[in-house]
Amino acid sequence: MELDSLYQEVILDHYKKPHHKGVPSGNFQVHHVNPNCGDEITLSLKIKDDTIQDLVWNGVGCSISQASASIMSDLVSGKSVPEAHIALAQFTELMQSKGTIKGDEDVLEDAIALAGVSKFPARVKCALLSWMAFKDAAIQNGARL
Amino acid sequence: MTSPFNVTRIKRDFPIFQEEMRGGKRLVFLDSGATSQKPIQVMDAEREFYSKHNAAVHRGSYYLAELASEAYEGARARVAAFLAVSTSEIIFTKSATESLNLLAVSFERSAGALGIKPGDELVVSELEHHANLLPWQQLAKRTGAVLKWFEMNPDGSLDLTKIDQIITPKCKVVAITHLSNVLGSAPDIGPIIAAAHEVGAVFVLDGCQSVPHQPIDIAALDIDFLVFSGHKALGPTGVGVLWGKAHLLDQMEPFLYGGSMIETVTMTGATWADAPKKFEAGVPNMAQAVGLAAALEYLSEVGLPKIHSWEMELTAYALQGLKEIEGVTVVGPQGIDARGGVISFVIDGLHPHDVGQVMDQYGVAVRTGHHCAWPLIRKLGLTGTTRASFYLYNEMADIDIFLESVNGARDYFRNR
Repeated sequence: MELDSLYQEVILDHYKKPHHKGVPSGNFQVHHVNPNCGDEITLSLKIKDDTIQDLVWNGVGCSISQASASIMSDLVSGKSVPEAHIALAQFTELMQSKGTIKGDEDVLEDAIALAGVSKFPARVKCALLSWMAFKDAAIQNGARL
Repeated sequence: MTSPFNVTRIKRDFPIFQEEMRGGKRLVFLDSGATSQKPIQVMDAEREFYSKHNAAVHRGSYYLAELASEAYEGARARVAAFLAVSTSEIIFTKSATESLNLLAVSFERSAGALGIKPGDELVVSELEHHANLLPWQQLAKRTGAVLKWFEMNPDGSLDLTKIDQIITPKCKVVAITHLSNVLGSAPDIGPIIAAAHEVGAVFVLDGCQSVPHQPIDIAALDIDFLVFSGHKALGPTGVGVLWGKAHLLDQMEPFLYGGSMIETVTMTGATWADAPKKFEAGVPNMAQAVGLAAALEYLSEVGLPKIHSWEMELTAYALQGLKEIEGVTVVGPQGIDARGGVISFVIDGLHPHDVGQVMDQYGVAVRTGHHCAWPLIRKLGLTGTTRASFYLYNEMADIDIFLESVNGARDYFRNR
């Protein structure tokens, strides 16, 4: 079933038990919404020694947006800002690929499970919501992304 | 005994139903609340205009321009006949959204009774589509007027218990939907219209979800303005309608300025043409107006009373089926009284976007999310719903596939 390429096991696992979901705090909280469907995310993080730390998010949304937030949080937490920058760039490219690329698992880890999303244009924004919130929060914390 | 509704024959007029969806599935189109499909008669009317009549209306001194003007003004007359109003009271806009913005901006600019001053009150309801909320909300912000609203009950009706506090002598405009685009509920507008007129306010009816689906009696409703969109009524995109009482249109200032809407122009001033031209600056969407006229003719030929009762049959069948699916909750009115052919529902533990995605695998087209009525969705304590909306080309078999797809959506996530 074509649907299974979208809703992969790892995505549903993250959806049911999201990682790094909690109460965002600190001065650099960002709040992003997807005005098409009403999905929302609040996210905070710190950058210490050029490393992403204390990333916490909360929000409401579909399985894709929630799973993507969980996967992204795992991926960038503890990474250096340049490493996170590469992951963000590759994930954005993957989402815009319309199913033509698979993604580099060494860089994207669980996020390659979201490759199937790129074949459903209406869902790409769901997957990208948390990544854009992360980018915004990192920039507000002084990162160059 | 009336003849049975021949949906098979109607469906043949709509070429889109021959298209295959994902996985080779046939199209089960349940999103007519967002936009309707188009019969070949409407496409032919547009094609004929471009093939035989195309020229800028109201300008050229040549034969073709006469034909174009005749076609365009003929379309206006057709819309007027459809609504049983005067032809000069019909204004073509690009959309119902533009019709509502036209009213808000025109009132802001107008002198006299229709003009909006600080402290004046504008009234809407929690049921409104953003298109009938934001023009008034922003008008209030610009002018210092006060926006007030009727609250919604959980069944999708409006709470009229505080009507005297909501509609006061300060009220200038009351703008309410005829049928909720989210819940399908038809609010009891009679007392609201009476209260508005009691205090000298004008009543604007948002007919986007009603005019295409049921007979409308403007005189009996005793309203002052009506808006609807062409593309939800089998017509083309790019054309909407504003109807207003002639004596009110006469008092109103223009919305857009430009060609065709003037009487005289100098370098320092201008005077305006009479309505409807005063409100139709620039070369209008001629082919689209002609297409809309063909659409309304199509609806009249099938018969709006028949269309309405068919939609209610579909709705009753769908409601019954949804209630039998464990884990599904219908949002808004539960029965078929005081409602139209729009149903919103949620599935326990599932986000509407995920529900719609699985339904798509069955060829079922539904709308998911907040349906451009975010305050209503928040009031219900939801983040969104899945919405099915019906029209004359839907068959009973569509509802069977719809129900199968809802079951499928529930089970897809439950079993993994």
